[in-house]
Order: sequence, then C-alpha cells, then structure tokens
Amino acid sequence: MIMCRRATELMSQRLDRPLMWQERLSLRFHLAMCGACSQCNRQFELLHAAGKRFEPAAQEEE
Amino acid sequence: MSIPPLDDRMQRLTAVRPRLLSFARLHLRNHAQAEDAVQDTLEAAIEKQASFSGLSGYETWVFGILKFKILDTMRAQKRQGTWQPLGDEADDEAIDRQFRRNGRWVKEARPASWGEPEAAFESETFWQVFDACMIALPDNVARVFSLRELMGLSTEEICRELGIKENNCWVILHRARLRLRACIEQGWLTEETP
Repeated sequence: MIMCRRATELMSQRLDRPLMWQERLSLRFHLAMCGACSQCNRQFELLHAAGKRFEPAAQEEE
Repeated sequence: MSIPPLDDRMQRLTAVRPRLLSFARLHLRNHAQAEDAVQDTLEAAIEKQASFSGLSGYETWVFGILKFKILDTMRAQKRQGTWQPLGDEADDEAIDRQFRRNGRWVKEARPASWGEPEAAFESETFWQVFDACMIALPDNVARVFSLRELMGLSTEEICRELGIKENNCWVILHRARLRLRACIEQGWLTEETP
C-alpha cells in the first residue's frame, strides 16, 4: 500500500519516464481509492499540457 | 510552402514577439536577458531566412531559434556561476507542509477540483496565476521544470545540460509540480469564486 506522498511521486514520474508495472499497479490502486490524489493527478496532467501553450503549431494550422 | 515575403514576415515576427518574450522570461527569469534572446532571435530569423525550409510553420521555426538562444544563455549563466547549486535535496519545507508524517495529505492541502482543463486554459486569470506561480518557484526548481515542460526536453537531456543525475531531476520535477499545483490552486480558485 502506498501513501499519498509516494503516489504523487509516481504520478509525477509517469510524465517523465515509463513506470514499472509494479509502480503502475500501486498507483492505479491508490488513485482508485483516493479522491485527493485523483485531483492531484489531473492537475499534474493539466500542468503538463499547459507547457505546450507556447507551441505555435496548432494556431498556424488554422 | 514557400518563404513568406519580407513584409509578411516582419508582420508575423511582430505578432509573435510578445509570445517569444514571455516564453524567454519564464526560462531566463531575467528581463534584460530575455529581451536580448528575443532580439537575437528576430535578427537571426531575418538573416537566416534562407534556412527556413517551409517544412514546419514559420512561427514554429522562429520558436526553434529562440529555444537555441535560450539554451545558449542558460549555458552562459551556468558558466558564469550565477546559479545556485542544485542541492542534493535534503527536505523541501514547502512540500513537507503538504503532507502529514504518515504520507497522507494535510487536510488544508488536499487538492480540490479545478474543473475542466479546457475551461482553465481559456481563462485569462488561470494563465496570470500560472505565470505568477512559475516566478514564485525557486530558480533552480523552475529551471528544471521549464526545460521539461516548456522546452520539452527529456529528463536525460536536462541532466546532460545541467550536470545532474536523472534521479535528482525526477525529485526536482515532483517538487516543482507540487509547489505549482498548490500555488495555482490558492491563487486561482480563490479568484474564481468571489
């Protein structure tokens, strides 16, 4: 059983490297049970996507 | 796709300049250096227009030049020794305050919903808070975060660039994200709900 702090480490690293299957499993298990961490996970993903706002490609295609 | 004519290019460069500048400022955290990098970029874009292949969009090409300039400037900053060392990371108080000793969230720090990402991205306030929170990050943490998330480098490339271990990189990115999310949640949600 991993705790929230460790879960946030894994959800952060998931954006930078492929997790090992044990890590993926314990993260998924934790997220299924923890609402606060699920929110945190969405926020990390949003921050990850936010970095791409400067990339002009999408606007140029128009 | 051919090279756009000069007038057209000047117009596009003028239009893209503010975005180049805010991008450079988030990375370099120094207004004068950001201005210089953008100026160099615009000059290079005019001078080296022959090397624009037309394969990518014109703005994408200009951003590519800026990314090179930023990396150059960062390397110079590093050589001049103006960087604080990336400590091998004892504890980070800002993070420790978010968790109890048993690894659960402190009640006040529990993440709340930010609503739909699309709505956040369309909100001017969100981006103002995002920028303010980026500026509030410690320099060395912000540097790793912006290389990863704004510049799109891999952690392996970042390690080579900064001379740190990959493990260290992951630790710093985790902290950057936790700090940013806490800062944004505080700044943004309180703004949105008057």
